[in-house]
Formats: sequence, structure tokens, C-alpha cells
Amino acid sequence: MAELAEKETKKKGKKKRRKKMSTRVDMTPMVDLGFLLITFFMLTTTFSKPQTMEINLPVKPKGEVSEEEQNKLKASKAFNILIDGENRLFWYRGLLPDEIYDEPAETNFSADGIRKALLEKNNEISEMVVLIKPTNEAVYKNVVDILDEMNISNIKRYALIDITPDDLQELQILKQGE
Amino acid sequence: MPKVKVARKSTAIDMTAMCDVAFLLLTFFMMTTEFRGDESVIVDTPSSISEIKLPETDILNITVSSDGKVFFNIDNKNFTRERLLARISEKYPELQFTPEEERAFVLTGTIGVPLAELKGYLGLEENDRKMYSQPGIPVDSTNNELGIWIMQGRLSNPNVRITIKGDQACPWPVVKKVMDTFQDKNVNKFNLITDLELDPNKLKGL
Repeated sequence: MAELAEKETKKKGKKKRRKKMSTRVDMTPMVDLGFLLITFFMLTTTFSKPQTMEINLPVKPKGEVSEEEQNKLKASKAFNILIDGENRLFWYRGLLPDEIYDEPAETNFSADGIRKALLEKNNEISEMVVLIKPTNEAVYKNVVDILDEMNISNIKRYALIDITPDDLQELQILKQGE
Repeated sequence: MPKVKVARKSTAIDMTAMCDVAFLLLTFFMMTTEFRGDESVIVDTPSSISEIKLPETDILNITVSSDGKVFFNIDNKNFTRERLLARISEKYPELQFTPEEERAFVLTGTIGVPLAELKGYLGLEENDRKMYSQPGIPVDSTNNELGIWIMQGRLSNPNVRITIKGDQACPWPVVKKVMDTFQDKNVNKFNLITDLELDPNKLKGL
């Protein structure tokens, strides 16, 4: 207290002048806070919207459809892809059991595998139809991969259908032959 | 020659401009951010070359997890979820919901419980609900509740787009059943959610 009193006495003689305070505020902590929040929002924002693949299924027929009404597929134009449960892939052209144009063969998901076969046959045969037949053990990823192959090879005529007993039998034979 | 004196400058920089920029960016990110709703399942989607972007609203999503459980989700644009729940209780008079349960339904994300368990699930505390392991919506031919959800979801928001978000490892028959349900309900056009993969045809052009 004594010191304070002393100070006051010193000032007494002079004119009373207000000390000019700087109007500047230190912005550094505010900038820190601002950038902290920016980082938070940047990290939580999802910029990339998910990609989608569009699929059109045929309209389910009402009631019974007779054999004649159905468009019969020519065996020579049918390209069958069988998707197995162990990430294995087989293809053949024709219709089982007796109308086979290209013998069943194993292939794989690579560019040299199914894509090559698809492109070759698609150039060779006009109006080729691809029949995708996943087995019950197949994994979703493999089916999407094959649907994607259709987009890559630009094949517009394809169908996702249930596997037939003939196909299953053929798969058995192919696997036993190893 | 006199010595050249380097003027001493203050090291303090004026931060005002930087502060302006920081807060400008902050406002931008705050405006554009949309928080993702709870997703009770983690799904690793397969990849495709398709580049169609999905809109954020008007989406009815069916998620299939890696163990083959089916989940339903719909966005809440124009109170779709509220209307959906009202429709469900209208159709099933035994299922009546309290206002708290309605609120829980609107706020919760994916639904993966059979209709019979829905009331119990919505009655749980928020944290318990997050921990609850949902059994998935039944899609069997005898008891296909997914069809009901899709039907009511479409009635609640007629502009809805239907998507399937399947895990890479999920079994195909489950997805097949979901697709069959779509066909039963006359949904013949839908989207599969995938990750982006490089198109080999475009790669050739480079």
C-alpha cells in the first residue's frame, strides 16, 4: 500500500494524462482455435459420396408364361458364367446338357481371364447374351465383379439367373477332373 | 563509412488476416458438414468402375452385412421416417409407439430387428441401443418383413431410390433374396453401392 501511495504522489504534479492503450489484441490463440476446429471439421467431412452401380431387373411376369411366349435363347449365343463358392470361375458357351459350343473351362477374375474370353466371344458372336449363374455358395463380391466386367466389356445383354442342376453337375465334373 | 544499422523489427506478426482466413474456412466446413448417422454394421463394399454418384437424400438403403443379416435404412427428408413409423402402426394395430419411441426411431440409423422386436428395441436407452446386436430383418419367403419395410418406405417417400449396400463377403443367396423381394414389390431398378475402381478402358487411353 505504501508504494501505491508513493506513486500517486509522484503523478500529482503532472497533468493528468490517460495512458494510451494499444488496441491490438493478440490473435494467436484465436487462430489456434480456428485451425483446430477446421481440422476437426475437415476430418469428419465426407467429401466422397459413394459410387453406385445401377441394375435393372426384368419385370416379374404375372401368372404362368408358356414356353412359346418366352423368348427362346439360341444355344450358340449363350455365354454362361458359373461362379463357385471358392472364388473360382468357369465358363462355357451353349446350353447344357447337350448343346455345347465351347467346352466348359476354368478361368479367373483377372483381365487375362474372363475379360479376354468375354471380349473375344463378344466380337465373334453377334447378339451374344451372357448368363451369370452364381452358385448358392458364391460371395457377393464375385457377383459384383462379374457385373462390373459386363460394364468394362460394354456388354449390354446379360442376365443374372439361378443356377440349374445341369450346371451344378457340370461343376462337379470339372472339379473332379483335377 | 558509417556502419549500416539493421533496424530491429518486432517479431510479432499481425494475426488478424490469418484469423479471418481460419474462420472463413471454419464456417465453410461447418456449413457443408453433414454428420453421418449411426451405422450399426461395418460394411466393406466391393469395387466397380461405375462412377454414378449417389444423392444424399431420397435414399432407401438395404445393408447386407458379412454374416448375411439384412438392415433397413431410409433418410429423414421431409419427416419420412416419422410417416413411415405411423404407417407401420396403422398397418399393424398391435404395434403402437409412444412419442419417445417415435423420436428414437427418427434418430436411430439402420434398423435390423423383426417387427415384433421393434418396440422393445426403440424403448432401449440410446447407449444400450448402440450396443444391441441386431438380428437382422427376416427375408424368408414365409416371413418377409423386408417387403413390408420397402412397401411402406416407398409409400412414405415416393421419390425414394433403392440401394443395396452389401459386404464383399456376404453370401450371394441373401442378396438374391433381397433382389427377389424387390422384384415382388415391383422395384426393378435399383443401385448397388460400390467403391471406385479404375476403369481399364480409360487406363488404355492414357
